[in-house]
Amino acid sequence: MAAASLRATPLNSVHRALGAKLVDFGGWEMPVQYSGIVEEHQAVRTGVGLFDVSHMGEIEIRGSEAQTLADFVTTNHVARLQIGQAQYAGLLYSHGGFADDILLHKLTSDHYFLSVNATNQQKDFEHIRGLNRFDARVDLTSDHYAQLAIQGPQARATLQKLTPVELSRIRYYWFVDTTLDGSPARIAHTGYTGEDGYEIYVAPEVAERIWNRVLDAGEEFSIKPCGLGARNTLRLEARMALYGHEIDASISPWEAGLDWIVKLDKGDFAGREALLEQKQKGVRRQLVGFEMRGRGIARDGYEVWLDGAPAGWVTSGSPSPTLNKSIGLCYLPAGAAGIGRTIQILVRGQLVDAVTVETPFYRRAR
Amino acid sequence: MSIYPKNFRYTREHEWVRVDGNTVTIGITDHAQQELGDIVFVDLPKTGTRVEQGGTLGSVESVKAVSDVYAPVSGEVIEINQALATAPEKLNADPHGEAWLVKMRLSATKELERLLSAADYQAYIGAEK
Repeated sequence: MAAASLRATPLNSVHRALGAKLVDFGGWEMPVQYSGIVEEHQAVRTGVGLFDVSHMGEIEIRGSEAQTLADFVTTNHVARLQIGQAQYAGLLYSHGGFADDILLHKLTSDHYFLSVNATNQQKDFEHIRGLNRFDARVDLTSDHYAQLAIQGPQARATLQKLTPVELSRIRYYWFVDTTLDGSPARIAHTGYTGEDGYEIYVAPEVAERIWNRVLDAGEEFSIKPCGLGARNTLRLEARMALYGHEIDASISPWEAGLDWIVKLDKGDFAGREALLEQKQKGVRRQLVGFEMRGRGIARDGYEVWLDGAPAGWVTSGSPSPTLNKSIGLCYLPAGAAGIGRTIQILVRGQLVDAVTVETPFYRRAR
Repeated sequence: MSIYPKNFRYTREHEWVRVDGNTVTIGITDHAQQELGDIVFVDLPKTGTRVEQGGTLGSVESVKAVSDVYAPVSGEVIEINQALATAPEKLNADPHGEAWLVKMRLSATKELERLLSAADYQAYIGAEK
């Protein structure tokens, strides 16, 4: 069924052997589910789940002015990072729209490691290189890494069996370069599920062995291999943005509610001027969460109506396995994006009531 | 032994039909529920609704996707499976039995001839893969 042109991760045959349902995800053949989205989702909320996210891209910036370049191409404050710290940031075009959202890791004072979205990696690489007028080198190194995510309240106990590093000492949004089952690995205390967990980067050659070791280590916690389906419902409950949905080239961080990753006072950076101007004028639309009141499920791209007329669109919508409700995120005119407002979603030709709510929809107990 | 009953007829859109005299029971196939994954929502027509063969009968939604259900034959909806409104997951567990969708009064018996036998349907979904 898969077209020959689809790219595969180093774990493709493992997914097949596990009976995963494979789909074309932006040109990659990826598992959307193994046992079922709801079961996998619950495994991450209550135990531990393992994801292959090797389709994600890696870009590295090196050189004496690596930090200057990293600060110039991202919205967050790179100079404030310590070695071993990671940071979520936007990569913006000069007009203030997103080229991508990324995770930046400071390896040394002259070496930064960026984890970027799969479908954007080539574009990001060219974007960063195009803005590089510094003493820095930019490399697209995706082929050097497989990436796995181990997520859930039992993620630490699972991974701890395989590494000499005391994982409880890696704070949230910090990482270490260490070993996993004897092989070099970067273990980052980050995730995209709203649950505690880790994202690990290893050589593609050892990916299959590490995958199997993690499954063995998590067996006592009923670990489950999880696909992109559960990854999406998990991140939506936690209100994490997905490129191509909540954010894209036409959306600014202000509109997406990502003000916290923009540091206007850090000096010049790509998109800063446009963001300043938007801030003065005020944004036209804002991202807001909603819950369905009537029967029906809002899906990505559905129209949102206000007072009898179309006013916005759904960026992500899904049943929420944790909350047992149908939830979603949508763009509404800025003045209308308050909480507790009744809106309507055009669900397959019928207007169905929904109400705007506070987000995240789900927040883990700490 | 096949999970596709021999006494059912099937469509290329993955519905099944069981004929009892002038009445037909309609559902979605095991293949359809497998492709959809966890089913969380079923939308069915009101009783009394008249549908043409190939017209939209309703929809079935999983966590990930929404899929239309088409009428395998023309007729009038005389009963809907109310249990699915509160327990749509039954469609994953027993799509050929307990989780039937609607019953219809058949208006043209001849239309049944256009539907697939169990063997043909299995060959069809085999080829689809």
